Amino acid sequence: MGMGPVDIGMPDDFLENQVGLGFGSGMTELLSTPLHALHVELGGKMVPFAGYELPVQYKTGIMAEHQHTRDKAGLFDVSHMGQVIVSGGSWEAVATAFETLVPMNVLDLGENRQRYGLFTDTAGGILDDLMFANRGDHLFVVVNAACKAQDIAHMKSVLEPELSVTPVTDRALLALQGPAAEKVLSGLAPEAAGMRFMDVATLSLDGVECWVSRSGYTGEDGYELSVPAEQAEALARTLLAHEDVLPIGLGARDSLRLEAGLCLYGHDIDTTTTPTEAALNWAIQKARRTGGERAGGFPGADVILPQLVEGAARKRVGLRPEGRAPMREGVEIFAAEGGGEAIGKITSGGFGPTVGGPVAMGYLPVDQSATGTTVYGELRGKRLPLVVTALPFVAANFKR
Amino acid sequence: MKYTEEHEWLMEEGELIVVGITEYAAEQLGDVVFVELPEEGTEVSKDDEVVVIESVKAASDILSPLDGEIVEVNSALTDNPGKVNEDPMGDAWFFKIKPSDLSPMEDYMDEAAYKDFIGD
Repeated sequence: MGMGPVDIGMPDDFLENQVGLGFGSGMTELLSTPLHALHVELGGKMVPFAGYELPVQYKTGIMAEHQHTRDKAGLFDVSHMGQVIVSGGSWEAVATAFETLVPMNVLDLGENRQRYGLFTDTAGGILDDLMFANRGDHLFVVVNAACKAQDIAHMKSVLEPELSVTPVTDRALLALQGPAAEKVLSGLAPEAAGMRFMDVATLSLDGVECWVSRSGYTGEDGYELSVPAEQAEALARTLLAHEDVLPIGLGARDSLRLEAGLCLYGHDIDTTTTPTEAALNWAIQKARRTGGERAGGFPGADVILPQLVEGAARKRVGLRPEGRAPMREGVEIFAAEGGGEAIGKITSGGFGPTVGGPVAMGYLPVDQSATGTTVYGELRGKRLPLVVTALPFVAANFKR
Repeated sequence: MKYTEEHEWLMEEGELIVVGITEYAAEQLGDVVFVELPEEGTEVSKDDEVVVIESVKAASDILSPLDGEIVEVNSALTDNPGKVNEDPMGDAWFFKIKPSDLSPMEDYMDEAAYKDFIGD
């Protein structure tokens, strides 16, 4: 059996190992998270991902892990992500300075509220996507693992020395996701039940001080828990002891976020995509748009602001292959079954266990991006129909 | 039963050879979600890509282990790809080939050699 080019929307180093090909030569030393020993104990199939060794799946397999998260609750180790504190001034000073990095309304974000953000570059492209929270006397930021060194350098170069940019390296990050997450977490801290989507709070969970946000990357209700590294394993064990909670690996994390229509940085968004092209206009609040009280003043504003009004030439859309064959990242899209140049490309794709069929996201020219439009993806030399589909594929289940 | 380095198993059935993938391969692939089989009657050469298998995480293919004609395919797999995970060594065979040259069979591994090959 030839294990051909494979793609589940993960960096290449991740892929080489999931089919048992062994470590490539010259692989740099992998980092491990505070839960590494637990993953191994639980039968996690460990793979390199963004410089870390993490479980792609456990014994139950991706499909069952995915479905369990949608039905009950899944526990994810996302400790590889970057946690950063921006502090050193009043909230106003911190927020105002941070607004020079992102096109979001930071200043008016309520205390103990979190928001989705984008670091943009001067060309209007996306350097990374992130979550940021108003913690009163500081801003708490969570960035992607693969971008964290660059993001931290970027923040430091702009914000220091007036403010301090401090990577949080002594805390793990866990995500508890799924409809049973509230029941499970409020069993440890009743206050968890009272949090709304995108609320943040410091809660004592099993005696451990955790920075908790009601958010996630699955489209399900759930929480992300920043926990001191040395107590992370004990807390994970406590959560896993609940009958509704199973450990979930990177494979299901990817299929869950894909069904939820959420972007994976480096695939669906990068420096060549603008927020408007990526269909992320919703993430840019009115205050930072043309005519807003603090319009512009972020990198790439001269590109991004006009696009918010006029649109862009292309757009990220949901795509459903009509057949059963998954269409993965890199598949070229054509307007017709024969002839013509490619009009776009799939940026994420695979099998959606909840949808029960293949799902994908990709970029199309705006005039060919209407929901219901049939286009064709070229797979193994054959053009197969794909239908433009509204995102998300699976409705979000947030507690607003 | 013979095994290839591509993790296929080959079983003689009269003058035909039945081809499937090993338990080890099915486990490495993870949940199989798509199987594309060749048409019955297709003439194939050794190492031609004859079957496409996609799991939740990866796309891969099965190469023909021999020259010959594909005389039967297991079309139940098209509708129920998950069978590959449930019973890779039995019900989830992929195709039967009528070989025109059996000599490569000599080079394929027996069970002990295959177990050794996968480090079991």
